[in-house]
Amino acid sequence: MSSENLSDTQMEYEDEKQDSQEKNTNLVKGEEVKLKAKYPGLGQKPGGSDFLMKRLQKGQKYFDSGDYNMAKAKMKNKQLPVAGPDKNLVTGDHIPTPQDLPQRRSSLVTSKLAG
Amino acid sequence: MAGAGGGGNDVQWCFSQVKGAIDDDVAEADIISTVEFNHSGELLATGDKGGRVVIFQQELESKNQPQCRGEYNVYSTFQSHEPEFDYLKSLEIEEKINKIRWLPQKNAAQFLLSTNDKTIKLWKISERDKRPEGYNLKEEDGRYRDPTTVTTLRVPVFQPMDLMVEASPRRVFANAHTYHINSISVNSDCETYLSADDLRINLWNLEITDRSFNIVDIKPVNMEELTEVITAAEFHPNQCNTFVYSSSKGTIRLCDMRASALCDQHSKLFEEPEDPSNRSFFSEIISSISDVKFSHSGRYMMTRDYLSVKIWDLNMESRPVETYQVHEYLRSKLCSLYENDCIFDKFECCWNGNDSVVMTGSYNNFFRMFDRGYRQDVTLEASRESSKPRSVLKPRKVCTGGKRKKDEISVDSLDFNKKILHTAWHPQDNIIAVATTNNLYIFQDKL
Repeated sequence: MSSENLSDTQMEYEDEKQDSQEKNTNLVKGEEVKLKAKYPGLGQKPGGSDFLMKRLQKGQKYFDSGDYNMAKAKMKNKQLPVAGPDKNLVTGDHIPTPQDLPQRRSSLVTSKLAG
Repeated sequence: MAGAGGGGNDVQWCFSQVKGAIDDDVAEADIISTVEFNHSGELLATGDKGGRVVIFQQELESKNQPQCRGEYNVYSTFQSHEPEFDYLKSLEIEEKINKIRWLPQKNAAQFLLSTNDKTIKLWKISERDKRPEGYNLKEEDGRYRDPTTVTTLRVPVFQPMDLMVEASPRRVFANAHTYHINSISVNSDCETYLSADDLRINLWNLEITDRSFNIVDIKPVNMEELTEVITAAEFHPNQCNTFVYSSSKGTIRLCDMRASALCDQHSKLFEEPEDPSNRSFFSEIISSISDVKFSHSGRYMMTRDYLSVKIWDLNMESRPVETYQVHEYLRSKLCSLYENDCIFDKFECCWNGNDSVVMTGSYNNFFRMFDRGYRQDVTLEASRESSKPRSVLKPRKVCTGGKRKKDEISVDSLDFNKKILHTAWHPQDNIIAVATTNNLYIFQDKL
């Protein structure tokens, strides 16, 4: 990993500092290689718009009444499909029912810190 | 070394108290999301994911035990925020308390601001220790007396009663934020405060709830061009015209409200230049600042990014004056930390009372202190194992490679689910509050 030249002996401290910085860079670059190997299509814009947009949209749930009615019409003769285990899926053919919506109940219990 | 402390003495930190349930099954609502001492340090407030606030009060020191500082016991607890659903935007609004900030005390009552993603509330916490008795038209149990039966008049008098602490919402500051509120900060003028979301910062008057001024707006005209968001904001401790805000790109902007109504143009830009050869996919993510705090003196500010804590001199924008590595050994783990989302964890940081020591949290329920003067640092752990009353905390060490010494813990054994994101330091004394996922630890220095 350390491929620095050792000819400049007066600047030993600087070399050492550069050493550890290089080591750090190499560690991080190694991690980057690992990540890109796992997810080849990952971000042309590293840490850019994609994950920022996700952050801004936190908490957003989607419901499209057009989708809902189309799906209902399609399913007229069949059983209505219930929303799958992942309730945050954008609706398409999933038909949300009141039972599927997450319960929005406030905490009526006192905090355990106060117990 | 035994510890890092102000004044260079080897401060030894001792366990004092722990609050919260012992069981491992943690309900989401019990996850602590903010911890804050008030200005005197007498009160300690916590907020959680369930929207609840618990306030602890320090007992007066007893003459019998001069070696102990007063314990913190529950003073008041209330439901600050409730979950909501914005039907118009199809948006779930969490009740999680993102921040609590105390107002300086003006009278007998205490006031604090608490905020979730969308709404800020001003709460009044007041004590009642007497009540009026001897009404003419009401019985003691509250039933009304028939006025025709009243033959004499008496003057009601106040009689002592058991102390009751009441929390009531005095102001609700709503509907001013399109994006999620990450910070609130009370101005030194004690009349105004700011609230910051991902793209905007608003200025409020504490008395006025139906109006706020937008003072920073970084929303691009075309959202496709969005490159950075606001991550934290704070008013200067004594200059009422000055505030700073940090970004996801690792920059801090200082703004002066005297310069213009809209402070989009910063007065100072603090940014450490990055060596382009060090640039990687992770660079921007780990440079994102998760917290910014002014020193009590107002001369410095501290920022926390994923791997380090940096101290900046307000007079020098080009680079920080001090940099402390919190857990550099995580560099070799960035890939898995990205996959499990830990790389996005938002750690906070805090100063001690005289700005000589700074503290921040890490993983495995470790937290770190850096003594600026004596260039010492220490890693301590908040755990039930080291929770015997007044037992001194043993410094911890993470082994980064090679042979693991006894008592060291290897990087691979760290529990990344045990994160200490929120810590607070008493404004004067060496008393600290450290929040693990659902427990609050209080440590004190050995007297």
